[in-house]
Amino acid sequence: MPRPIKSITNPRLSLQILSPEDVRRIHTATLEVIETVGVRFPSPKALEIWEAYGAQVDWNTKIVRAPGHLIEDALKKAPPVYTLAARDPAQDLPLDGNHVYVGTDGCGVEVIDLYTGQRRRSRRQDVAEIARVADYLEEVAFIWIPVSAQDCPPETRGLQELKAAWENTTKHVQTESIYSEQEARASVEMAALIAGGREELRRRPVLSYALCTAPPLGQDPGTLEAALVAAEAGIPVGFMTMTSCGSTAPATLAGNLVVGNAEVISALAMIQLAYPGAPVFYAAAQTAMDPRTGGYTGGGPEDFLFGAASNVLADFYNVPLSMGSFATGAKEPNWQAGIENSLSTFMACVVMSDMLLGVGLLHGSRIWSYEQMLMDCEIYDIVYHMMKGIVVDDETLALDVIQAVGPGGNFLAQKHTRKHMRDLWVPKFMDRRPYEEWEAKRDGARDWARAMARQILETHQPEPLDPHLSTELERIIAVA
Amino acid sequence: MTDQLFQAMAQSIIDGDPDAAADLARKAVEAGIDPLEAINKGFVPGVDYVGEQYGKGEMFLPDLVLAGEAMKAAVAVLEPEIVRQGSQRQTLGTVVIGTVEGDIHEIGKTLVATMLSVSGFRVYDLGVDVPVVTFVEKAREVNADIVGMSALLTTTMVRQRDIIEALEDAGLRSRVKVMVGGAPVTRAWAQEIGADGYSEDAIGAVAVAKQLIGRS
Repeated sequence: MPRPIKSITNPRLSLQILSPEDVRRIHTATLEVIETVGVRFPSPKALEIWEAYGAQVDWNTKIVRAPGHLIEDALKKAPPVYTLAARDPAQDLPLDGNHVYVGTDGCGVEVIDLYTGQRRRSRRQDVAEIARVADYLEEVAFIWIPVSAQDCPPETRGLQELKAAWENTTKHVQTESIYSEQEARASVEMAALIAGGREELRRRPVLSYALCTAPPLGQDPGTLEAALVAAEAGIPVGFMTMTSCGSTAPATLAGNLVVGNAEVISALAMIQLAYPGAPVFYAAAQTAMDPRTGGYTGGGPEDFLFGAASNVLADFYNVPLSMGSFATGAKEPNWQAGIENSLSTFMACVVMSDMLLGVGLLHGSRIWSYEQMLMDCEIYDIVYHMMKGIVVDDETLALDVIQAVGPGGNFLAQKHTRKHMRDLWVPKFMDRRPYEEWEAKRDGARDWARAMARQILETHQPEPLDPHLSTELERIIAVA
Repeated sequence: MTDQLFQAMAQSIIDGDPDAAADLARKAVEAGIDPLEAINKGFVPGVDYVGEQYGKGEMFLPDLVLAGEAMKAAVAVLEPEIVRQGSQRQTLGTVVIGTVEGDIHEIGKTLVATMLSVSGFRVYDLGVDVPVVTFVEKAREVNADIVGMSALLTTTMVRQRDIIEALEDAGLRSRVKVMVGGAPVTRAWAQEIGADGYSEDAIGAVAVAKQLIGRS
C-alpha cells in the first residue's frame, strides 16, 4: 500500500506581503533589466532560440536582451496547473495552487551516519536509504535528490541518483543534479521506462527538474541544454534562483527580487519559446549574505520574507512555485535550526507555495541528518495544523457542551471532547513529560528522531521496482 | 604636506574610494614622492586599519572589498612609476587562481582573489571554466607560489584532483602550494587529493595562503 501524503490544502490563514502595486513595480523593473541589462545564456542552443524570436543577442558575451512583450507573451503559454506524477498514481501531486507539498532537501555532500553518528562523504546508498525513509513519511510528498552519489563516476552520477531514488520510493522524484544534455537524454529515457513510454511520460511525468540559475543575471550552459531536453519530453522544468543580498544581488530585498526574477522568468520564457505549453515552474531560495563574511547564511528574516514574496511573483506569472524553506545554516539540529526552519516554512506555507524544499539538510544544505529530517517533518506538521485555522460554527462553538459542563466542571467526560480530541495536535518529538522523568533519562527530540529513522529504515519496504526495469535503467546508464 | 597626503591616502582606502585613491597617487607622483613610500606609508596604513576594524567586527566584508578596489586603483597608478625607477613592489607571493573546467561559479573565487590581493599577494585570476592545462601553463609562466582552484559542484570538484596531477606531470608540484575551495569541498577531500591548503571562506583563505608561504 502506498503511504498517504500530508499536503496543506484549503488554507484558512493568509498573509499580504506585497501589494498589487509592489508586484507591478517588481515586474516592470524586471522587464527593464531583461531588456536593457540582459541575462547571460551561455549556450548556442539557447542563443539561437532567442535570436529566432527577435531578442537582441550578443554572441560574444552571450548576453540576451529581450523586449518585455516577448517575455510576457512567452510566459502566457506556460500551463498554470499540471500534475507531478508518482510511480504509484495514488501519490500523484496536482500543482493546482491549492496544495503545499514538501520534498527532501538537496543536494548535500556529507551524511551524519545514522548508526555511527560520524560525518562522512555521501554515496549512492545514502540516496537509496534516504528515499526509503522519505517514502514512509507522510510529510514528504516527493524526493529531491538529497545527497550526491559521490562514489559514482561524475558523468553519470545524476543518473545513478535517479535510479537509487526510483528503486526506493513510489513517490515523485525531482532532480537538481543533471547538468548536461547527454545526461538529460538518458534521464528522459529512464523516466520514460518508469512511466511506460514517451507519451505516457508526457501525460504522467514521474520526473521533474529543478535547475539553478547562475546569479547575478546568468544561466549555466549545461543546465540550459539539459532543461531543453527535459522540456521537449514534457518533463516539468523549474529554474531556481539563489540570489544573495549584497553578493549576487543588491543589498536591498526588492532589488534582490528583481535580479532573481529576471533570471527565472527569462529562463522560463526561453523554454516556452522553444516548447510552447511545456510545464515549467518558478523556483527560488533567495537569501542574504552574512555582511561580516559574505558567507551563505541558510536563514534569517530576509529569507523568511523572500519565502512569502516569491509565491506572489509565481502567482503573478501563473506558474507553480518551488520554494526553498527549511535548509538551516545550523551545524547540528539545535535552537538555530528550529527557528530558521519553522519561520521559513511557515512563511512559505502561509502563501501556499506549491513545493517546499526541503527536509533533512544542515549547514546550508551540505550535511544530511536523519534527525533533522524527522524534526523538519514535525515542524511542517505544526504548520500543517496551523493552516487549518480556527473553524467557527455551531459544532465548534460547542454551546450545548459549555451548558452541560457549566461553571467549575471539566470537559474530559464529554462526548464532544472525545469526538474532537484527535483534532488536537500531538507531537512526536517535543518533550511534554514530567520534569523528573526527563531528569532521569536526559534524552530528547534528537534521540527519538534517530530511533524512528532507524526503525523506518529497518522495517519499511516500499513497493519494489520491477527488477527487469532496474536492469534496463542500469543499461541506459551504462551507455550514457 | 607629505604627512597630510599620506593621511588622505589612508582615508581614501578606509572610505573605499578608488577615484580618490587614484587622484592621490597621481598627486604623489607629480610631487616626486617615492611611489614605494606612498604605498607603504600612505595606502597600506589604511588597509591595516580596515583589517583591524574588520577583525573587531566593526567593519563588514563590503568595506574590505571596497578598500581592496581603492588599493588596486592606487597601485595601478604607482606601479608603472615604481618599474620606471627600476624598483619593484614587494609582494607576499604570486597566486594563480580560477574556477575549474565545467564550472561557471565565480563569486567565491573572485572574493578569495580580492582578499589575497588586498593582503599583498600578486594575483592572476584566470576566471571561470578554466581548463586544467591553463592552470599549469599560467603557474609556470608567472612562477606561481600558490595555485588556487574553486569548484561548486561535486561533479566538477574532481577537476581539482586532475590539476594537482597535471602540476605533478609538469614537474611543478614541488614548487607550488595548492589551495582548494568551494561549497562541496571539505577538508577530507582536500587531504584525499593531496591539496596543501583548504578554507571554508575568503578570510580564512588569506590566513591559509600566508601560512603556506611561511608568512603567517
